[in-house]
Amino acid sequence: MGDVVIRLDKVTKVYNTGTISVAALRGVSLSIELGEYVAVIGPSGSGKSTLMHILGCLDTPTTGTYLLAGEKVGGMSEAALAEVRNRRIGFVFQQFNLLASMSAWQNVELPLAYAGVHRAERKERAMAALGKVGLAGRVQHRPGELSGGQQQRVAVARALVTEPDLILADEPTGNLDSVSARDVLNLMDELHEAGRTLVLITHDTEVASASGRVLGIRDGLLVENDDRFLESIR
Amino acid sequence: MSWLETFRTGLNGVRSHRLRSALTVLGILIGIAAVILTVGLGEGAQAQVSSEITSLGTNLLTISPGSSTSSTGIRGGFGTASTLTTADVAALSSKTVAPDIKAVAPTTSSTETLTAGTANWSSTVVGSTPAWLTVRGRTVAQGRFLDNQDVADHEAVAVLGSVTASELFSRVDPVGQTVNVDGVPMTVIGVLTATGASSSSSTTSDQDDQVLVPITTAAQRIFGGTSRNDVSSIIVQATSSANLTAAYQEANHLLLNLHGITTAADADFTITSEQSLLSTATSVDKTLTILLGGVAGISLLVGGIGVMNIMLVSVTERIREIGLRKALGATPGLIRRQFLVEASVLGLVGGALGALLGIIGAIFLPGVVGDPITISAPATGLALLVALAIGISFGVYPASRAAHLAPIDALRSE
Repeated sequence: MGDVVIRLDKVTKVYNTGTISVAALRGVSLSIELGEYVAVIGPSGSGKSTLMHILGCLDTPTTGTYLLAGEKVGGMSEAALAEVRNRRIGFVFQQFNLLASMSAWQNVELPLAYAGVHRAERKERAMAALGKVGLAGRVQHRPGELSGGQQQRVAVARALVTEPDLILADEPTGNLDSVSARDVLNLMDELHEAGRTLVLITHDTEVASASGRVLGIRDGLLVENDDRFLESIR
Repeated sequence: MSWLETFRTGLNGVRSHRLRSALTVLGILIGIAAVILTVGLGEGAQAQVSSEITSLGTNLLTISPGSSTSSTGIRGGFGTASTLTTADVAALSSKTVAPDIKAVAPTTSSTETLTAGTANWSSTVVGSTPAWLTVRGRTVAQGRFLDNQDVADHEAVAVLGSVTASELFSRVDPVGQTVNVDGVPMTVIGVLTATGASSSSSTTSDQDDQVLVPITTAAQRIFGGTSRNDVSSIIVQATSSANLTAAYQEANHLLLNLHGITTAADADFTITSEQSLLSTATSVDKTLTILLGGVAGISLLVGGIGVMNIMLVSVTERIREIGLRKALGATPGLIRRQFLVEASVLGLVGGALGALLGIIGAIFLPGVVGDPITISAPATGLALLVALAIGISFGVYPASRAAHLAPIDALRSE
């Protein structure tokens, strides 16, 4: 057993929308080790987005505990959570979420700027990260001048650049054609081989099958290694 | 993240929405320029009036004939009778009775037609004594001024103002020439140095367009009239500005005694100081400045609301950007700072351009409007500070809204 990056213990999340309470997570326990490549798969409304928000420290659990690299995340202030996200997590979103007014390398260096890294070092690390995703020749391009696949690779470079404990990808191929999607998944494989811990959230079993470990989620509960469940959502 | 980084990010935000930023800046710009120009216009008018009044001389009191009561008990208003005489002048000149009075100059004046050769010119003829030169603080450019002998002998001599001299004698040296004042030939003995004070306002007459003659000559040969000892006003100069009040009391007391008046309310003369003249003349300008400045201030406020409006729109429009920045590790404080920097950059740029426009306006507008505009450095600095303060204060609310957006809500929005 290696180092545990994520440990969730009986985590629940209840949303109060006026008079109705919706339990999005109903007691999720989970641990993910360093270097694992995990896919979380489930239909829409299963609670996978909520799980992703909690794993990404974008939201806190209602009950239960969440340890990220040994650090207890629940009950932290907004500013402290921002700091944890910056240091420990790299995000890849379905919508890429690049800033249109900035060039590729400026987008990539953004998390380093929030981490307080010096300018010269920032640029150097951003360039290196863009090199790793095969975009060394496009560092000055703005997102609008890049294809969807290239934009997502910039986003992956941005997630890598801080050397985070965890890379969290939320439907990274959802907006891409099959060729670009394959491209991004290959990139994920490379990152996995390089020893990164990856959590990929998707509704696509084909995408999920690229990972080493598949977790199903349904009605706010995790179902691990359940072929019948996987079969049912295929 | 350092302030410098935040500043760069904020500046980038302003630059990436050029047209919108430019329009917002325009609101502040117009407000600041309007404030600077209206205040400058008011200050310029006040400075002009006070320079005209001080060009009349310093530490002066002017005694004019006031209301009078005839022996039959009929009272007349200001100026109905000339109640001041040369005897009053003699008394006021006494060092023992009025130690705080430095010089006394009686004057009589009237507008007369002057001719010299083929040239003719209408100007103010002032009858006075040698003391006039001292109390008015004037000097002679050519020739000499009136002396006591001229006054005693009722000499037909005249001293011209610089404008009068050039109107009548454009080519020749006026000194020694003859000028006809209302048909009476007078020899020009001197020309006064020009004051340079402009005379566009109606507060004072042109100090460079007048003719000085001995008061005795004026009474006897030019103005005529029933009593040749009457004077139309007496100008009294105090020994110093600190003694102005003392000089006022001495003159008041002396004249009441001389005129046999027991209660001050019945005084048949009025003493005015240049300060009272100044405050009356500038009070209208002050009111106008406040009024116009207020209107300009309101336009500045509207500009500030424009900044707030744009910042609120900007927060709503950039909700995904805010969510992303938060996901990447921006704390609420940093997001707030970023939006505050954007708002204050808009305010400051608007303020700086407004000040620039105000200064350019102050240079070119007087040529069109004809009124001087004073630009004071502290007022311009203050305007810049106000613009910055407007940017910050109207940016606070949108910035805190941005800071407190939940990152998931921000990321989810389409």
